[in-house]
Amino acid sequence: MRSALSLTPARLLLLIALLAAGVAAPLVAPAYQSQATELLLFIVFALAWDLVGGQMGYNSFGNVLFVGLGMYVSAIVQVGLFYNVGLYTEAKGGGTAFVFDAPQFLTGLAVGIPAAALASALAAWLLGSLVLTMRGHYFAICTLGLGIAAGQIAAGIPWIGAGSGMLTPNPPADLGNVGVLLYYLALGLAASCAASFAWLLSTPFGLALNAIRDDEDKAEAMGVRTHAAKVTAWVIAAAFLGAAGAIYGNLVRFIDPTETAFAGATIGVWMILMALLGGKGTLLGPIVGAVVFQLTKELTWTYLIGWQRVALGLLIVAVAVFFPEGIVGFVTERFGGKRGRPAPEEQAP
Amino acid sequence: MIGNLLILLEAPALGLQLVIDGILIGAVFALAAYGMALVWGVTGIVNVCQGEFVMLGGFVTVLLAEQGMPPLLAVPVAAAALYLLGWILFQTVIVHLIGRDMFNSVLATFGIAIVLQQVMARVFGAADRIAESGLGSWFFFDGLVGVAKVKALVFAACIALGAALTLFLTRSRQGQAIRATAQEPRAAATLGIETRAVYRLTYALNAAICGAAGALAAMAYTIHPYGGLTYTIRCFMIVVVAGLGNLAGVLWAALGLGVAESFAGFILGAQYQIAFVFALLVAVLVLRNWRLKRKRLYLQ
Amino acid sequence: MTAMLELADVTKTFGGVVANDKVNLRVEQGAIVGLIGPNGSGKTTLFNAITGAHPIDSGSIRFKGREIATLLCGEIARAGIIRTFQQPRLYRRMSVEANMAVSASIRTASFGGLFRRGATGAEARAAELLDFVGLAAKHDVPAGDLSFGQQKLLELAMALANDPELLLLDEPTAGVNPKLVESLIDRLKEANRRGLTLLVIEHNMPAIMGLAEHIYCLAHGRLLADGPPHAIKRDPRVLDAYLGAA
Repeated sequence: MRSALSLTPARLLLLIALLAAGVAAPLVAPAYQSQATELLLFIVFALAWDLVGGQMGYNSFGNVLFVGLGMYVSAIVQVGLFYNVGLYTEAKGGGTAFVFDAPQFLTGLAVGIPAAALASALAAWLLGSLVLTMRGHYFAICTLGLGIAAGQIAAGIPWIGAGSGMLTPNPPADLGNVGVLLYYLALGLAASCAASFAWLLSTPFGLALNAIRDDEDKAEAMGVRTHAAKVTAWVIAAAFLGAAGAIYGNLVRFIDPTETAFAGATIGVWMILMALLGGKGTLLGPIVGAVVFQLTKELTWTYLIGWQRVALGLLIVAVAVFFPEGIVGFVTERFGGKRGRPAPEEQAP
Repeated sequence: MIGNLLILLEAPALGLQLVIDGILIGAVFALAAYGMALVWGVTGIVNVCQGEFVMLGGFVTVLLAEQGMPPLLAVPVAAAALYLLGWILFQTVIVHLIGRDMFNSVLATFGIAIVLQQVMARVFGAADRIAESGLGSWFFFDGLVGVAKVKALVFAACIALGAALTLFLTRSRQGQAIRATAQEPRAAATLGIETRAVYRLTYALNAAICGAAGALAAMAYTIHPYGGLTYTIRCFMIVVVAGLGNLAGVLWAALGLGVAESFAGFILGAQYQIAFVFALLVAVLVLRNWRLKRKRLYLQ
Repeated sequence: MTAMLELADVTKTFGGVVANDKVNLRVEQGAIVGLIGPNGSGKTTLFNAITGAHPIDSGSIRFKGREIATLLCGEIARAGIIRTFQQPRLYRRMSVEANMAVSASIRTASFGGLFRRGATGAEARAAELLDFVGLAAKHDVPAGDLSFGQQKLLELAMALANDPELLLLDEPTAGVNPKLVESLIDRLKEANRRGLTLLVIEHNMPAIMGLAEHIYCLAHGRLLADGPPHAIKRDPRVLDAYLGAA
């Protein structure tokens, strides 16, 4: 039934090829490593957004809350395992007094990333019970408010650096290329995210999410446990967002409460744009959207110095108004055969 | 924070000052919220770039004041300029959003907000601006409580504009066309009212209202390119609390918000004032939803 | 014996209009009960009250002896009451097949059960039901693309696939090909024989007279008359309500 997700031999081969390419990439094209890592993380952002947005119909404008939370929690754990966090942030960057050797750095990551996922999941569970009872505009604006409030609150906490932000631990010199490590972590996360979502969407749970999107009251009236399903989806998405945030924080090194971590006008809206551009409500859409977006961004960034965000804003408007079905939606419309045209008022088949 | 609270308890005059300041700025919120309610009620669109319109209006005043024009004269200029912008935005973007999925309209207007915000930041720089009036203040209670004359002027002007808008909507033909379309678009269309023109007028009018509100605000309060979203959230909160169509409620809710912010800014500290606004929004929505849920309804 | 469904003095007002005025109604287990009345007599409102779509002002609604008037919609559904709508409500962007899949046995599954694939024979039943309503060929068409009549049939199939104890049908034959109405009635009777209790709103008099064992007639929010079909057919009050309704 879910033909888009069934694993034909051809598709399996394609997946293996992609995976192999992914694994080989840092060796083949090391110059683009950090962009590639970023792309993999963007894929996770877009997929996670789409699970709750495109698949379930709850379009959150504040998922960046979980990304930022993940960034901070991981950084705090990575530092806090070995040093006093308050002193670290006071020193504004660690410098020479706060050195992390290889085992410390690796342990920090190993504990920090899961901790980030857990913290985000917990936050989603607590907030979700309140916020997921709202619908439409109210949900959208409420989540927008949550995302920004988080940034404003974080900017006021000196322990994590307040407005000046915080640095993730300096990678130790004797560890070699940490970027490669982050790349493979991101690859693993992206692959597991895509795989687990593919499985999730093939279960009755996936059907329930779509039913909630199409007519929540009908789903409720048919006995679907809508509240439990909604919260579960949000918690799963948040966990992935948190983990991705943790890796992202280590990639960009500097975590600023309003510009990086809880940046509604960048990451927060990029994940929506990527999912929409690629095709909301499909598994492939967010992935395609992330790739197209990242490529476009990298290619045009240097030509648009100073005006990148204006260009992005225009792109958002253009896609929302003129191309909301996204690439996958467009292709399915044109070339996918499995649709009937709306029938005229006919009497029985 | 506790320290500030104690100061408040010891000096009631300070409390009075905070209330007065809150009410004075509340009128600006009320005017902007009125515009948002108008657009939402008529077109069904929540205008997420509402705050950016307000900021733009403010920048018009700041620029003109720097050229020597009396700030009060800048208000009609700002209103006219924003009317034009609203008209253009409607024709290019908004018209495609009417009647469609709310997600598209929120995302699109959010995109416009980002564009406007970034353009403002590039053109005007990221610093706070204000159009100083040098008007001085009245003082009461031995100088313990002061009312800045320019703030009182802004308050009065906002109330006057709100009243004028209400008159326009209830008395003029175009105003009635707007209200008819809001209530029953199909009926209005069959009676010869061109709904698209009405929507356009409403949207442009809202932009003009925001422009005027911002132009007034810039005379007494600072504005800056990134202040738009906070205004948008304020407007949304006020409209949700008051309910669409409840004009008096908008005024009360706006004044109340102004006072609440005033106290929050003092007790929590200025750096948390914005966080307070957003957190209050979440609280308002959760509370409202919970009350509706008990009646098995939903905020939809 | 406790009735499966028992309404006692159910009253609901909207603004100034009394939509349901002290309505009393009983549905015995295993019965097929009809609900008729001119437009605006409060039939659908009664359905909404039973299924929890809105709270009632006063009165009581008992399902298998248990008070459900204060329960939420989802709880009532999970207790075993499913309904269809006058204007069919479906999951429009999902395929016909998916609509059936999400309706079949999700109601009784535990939450954790949602994560296990493979149905308990529910797939076979769903396919059979789709075939019966003639939509098997359209199984991967988005439900929103079907015609009105097809949508009504799909909605009915979904309701049957859900395997409820009590099924509330709101005008199930409206918009459906007359040739299909008879086999629809037969199918409902068969489901009833297998244990499904039915409460059906209908305007199609021959259909409901042939289907129901007991009929309630509402008018202006009040219960006007009730009894077996042959008595209702001749009841002057009922005839008056239909013909006299302006």
